Amino acid sequence: MRRELVFGFSIMGAVVLAALLLTPWTALQSGHLGLLMLALVVVAIMLGFPTAFTLMGMGMIFTLFAYRMSSPDTAVQQALDLMVQRAYSVMTNDVLISIPLFVFMGYLVERANLIEKLFRSMHLALARVPGSLAVATLVTCAIFATATGIVGAVVTLMGLLAYPAMLKAGYSEKVGAGVITAGGCLGILIPPSVLLIVYGATAGVSVVQLYAGALFPGLMLAGLYVLYVILLAKINPSLMPPLSEEARRPKLSSTSLALSDRFGPHAMVGLLQGLFRPLPAGVRRTAIAGEALQALIPALLVAVILALVVWARPDPVAPADAAGGLVEMSGTSMESQRQEAPAEPNSGLSALPESEDGKASESDKPVELGGLQEPPGSEKIEKPAPVGSGLQEPPGVNAGAASATPATSSESVAMSAAQSEPLPTPTWVWVVVGVGLAIILVTYALLNWARFEVLKLLLSSFFPLAVLIMSVLGSIVFGLATPTEAAAVGTLGGALLALGYGQLNLPVVRESVFLTGKTTAMVCWLFVGSSIFSAAFALLGGQALVEAWVLSLGLSKLEFLILSQVIIFLLGWPLEWTEIIVIFMPIFIPLLDNFGVDPLFFGLLVALNLQTAFLSPPVAMSAFYLKGVAPPHVTLNQIFAGMIPFMGIQVFALVLLYLMPEIGMWLPTVLYRE
Amino acid sequence: MQKLQNLFFRIDALSTRIGQAFSWLMVPLTLMICYEVFARYLFNRSNAWAFDAQLMLYGSVFMMAGAYTLAKSGHVRGDILYGFLSPRQQASIDLILYFVFFIPGVAALAYAGVMFAGDSWAINEHSSITADGPPIYPFKTIIPLAGALLMLQGVVEILRCVICIQEGAWPSREADVEEVDVEALRELVKADDVLGTIASQKGRA
Repeated sequence: MRRELVFGFSIMGAVVLAALLLTPWTALQSGHLGLLMLALVVVAIMLGFPTAFTLMGMGMIFTLFAYRMSSPDTAVQQALDLMVQRAYSVMTNDVLISIPLFVFMGYLVERANLIEKLFRSMHLALARVPGSLAVATLVTCAIFATATGIVGAVVTLMGLLAYPAMLKAGYSEKVGAGVITAGGCLGILIPPSVLLIVYGATAGVSVVQLYAGALFPGLMLAGLYVLYVILLAKINPSLMPPLSEEARRPKLSSTSLALSDRFGPHAMVGLLQGLFRPLPAGVRRTAIAGEALQALIPALLVAVILALVVWARPDPVAPADAAGGLVEMSGTSMESQRQEAPAEPNSGLSALPESEDGKASESDKPVELGGLQEPPGSEKIEKPAPVGSGLQEPPGVNAGAASATPATSSESVAMSAAQSEPLPTPTWVWVVVGVGLAIILVTYALLNWARFEVLKLLLSSFFPLAVLIMSVLGSIVFGLATPTEAAAVGTLGGALLALGYGQLNLPVVRESVFLTGKTTAMVCWLFVGSSIFSAAFALLGGQALVEAWVLSLGLSKLEFLILSQVIIFLLGWPLEWTEIIVIFMPIFIPLLDNFGVDPLFFGLLVALNLQTAFLSPPVAMSAFYLKGVAPPHVTLNQIFAGMIPFMGIQVFALVLLYLMPEIGMWLPTVLYRE
Repeated sequence: MQKLQNLFFRIDALSTRIGQAFSWLMVPLTLMICYEVFARYLFNRSNAWAFDAQLMLYGSVFMMAGAYTLAKSGHVRGDILYGFLSPRQQASIDLILYFVFFIPGVAALAYAGVMFAGDSWAINEHSSITADGPPIYPFKTIIPLAGALLMLQGVVEILRCVICIQEGAWPSREADVEEVDVEALRELVKADDVLGTIASQKGRA
């Protein structure tokens, strides 16, 4: 028998054995039946029948059983009612509705076909970093996976694109496989991710808070990956030999080449002179004008942001300072040496608390309960469009945001005027402006032709994606839109992106629509099945039994958390994340209260933990996707071996998050809980 | 056998067409939510029935795409053993579990759905989320419809299992758009291009 089969059967056997041994056959309660059902369902899922129907069928059978024990006459009717009610509640679930929209957005963004440009620009921008190709792969994966959320496609694409490049550059097979598989899974954690929606819907936790909470842990994990790769490249350069000087240098466009020959190494000087001085033969003025315009985009971006900062200054500190974060962010990326962009909002947001008293309750409401009773539009009146709303959105996102900005800003001016006490312009405003100007000046001063080329690449690949992600995420986190609305607008943005890159046509939309239909059906039917199943589990009293048992263990909070995370980690080996969340979270969540664990924090731990489910053999789907496109000499075992260190990092990140809950809890606390 | 295969394809095609037709509702759903957002921020108004309508679109998409997804074997499976088994073993497991789980579950859902929707039609039920809400009996009718379609597709899948057990290989399915279509993705990235760039640069160095 094959190794994999032995492994599968032994896990299955262990579950069966445990169930048989642990059941007190002499003192059987109905709750034990519930636990047996749980063991049975794990075994049944391992057999490989579509999980949604396994859950539905088993749930129905056991529901009938439970009702029969209490009221034999009406049991059938009750069981049928329960089933259809559960199905209908999934159909009208105002949290799950955002899943198809995010999925749709992901497919459209994927079709915009930015990944090749993204990878190339990243690899050139990061050329001086040790292990540059691996780091570029990680960053590309993280960004692309975040925007699309489709693990399989990201891993496959990077397997086609980056893996051969890494192998050619002499990278070890294992390292290359590790960064692609680990990086591709980051989209599951970094919001906007479907996993968090599924958790939110199952656990009854606000998706908005989950998004705010998962942001930094996700970036931390990505950062740890990058750190690990850089250290590894430093310690053992033979695993990741540095690229040749030639491969680091971007290929210059013909215009740039001509201009650099004629006017020297400095890009801005060259472009300026090119616009007005006589030109070398074969170079057209219009081409130069086009390049000059591109060169001005970063300056324009910064200018717009700074203008907004100054404009909105009399009012609450927060949004404007958030924009400050953006300024720095675009600055750093333009220097194109480091990839800190995602980490920057940190500094930008630090000033938020003062402004949030009014908004906090508002932004909480639509999520916690509002969505259920109120149509999303109905809170428009009591919700004063948060001041400086335009600011959090990187400029140029859409016409709507842009034109909304003046209105809100003037409103805020009016408001502060009404207080009849014009606040003095805080110093930090000028500091931000100064820093922004300094960064842009330094950037332009250092802009030689090679960097200009990289900048152009970044402008056409990194920036559109970053703007899309940040505007979707920003509008959710700052309460400008519900996740559903942000997803829909993001879908429109994804379509525009595809349009902008000439990829939007009927076949693309059709394929995206069909894929969305299938993926949504997969996730939501799973929900239908699992909600029937967990109803049966509760009816049988399985929940009460688990609770009594866990309490009888007398665990401390720490022990409970470790136990639960270990269980989830182990479940990640045979099961996929969807199954783990929809089946086991309903069992864990009610226990949290007993130990004083915040379901939000627990969700962040689970989300981080489930990253491992993607990398743990033998069900690690990313490994199989990569194997499918890797050169034939790369074995599955090499890929698995490459993933192990990254699994280790995930566990390390989990420990870090536990030791410093602020990594996850700080942002939601500041935004929604004070 | 050929006849049976044709019948499979026809029922697959039915599930697929219906599922795909309902999937197109994603476009109006997206546009509608976007419109609501812009209307709220630009004209400061919103439609009371919009929320109901959004839920109905979303619910219809996923319910009616259930059979389509089954026809394209798109429902998530536990893959710890299944992928390593021979087709005959796979089909045997599937066959048994279709009878144990799928048929009772889906039949119950469809049957309960008929009563559920029937009640709703009988009282001419309207949504109560907002005053003067839209009628919801058509939406509730989706449940029995989706259940029946799923059941039909399930019968085809059962017959597929039987054929597979007899012949030792899975009967074919009609191709459909895949999430990870390696060939299409290969086309998309034009892998040689990137390779070429780095290789030629190395070559020059």
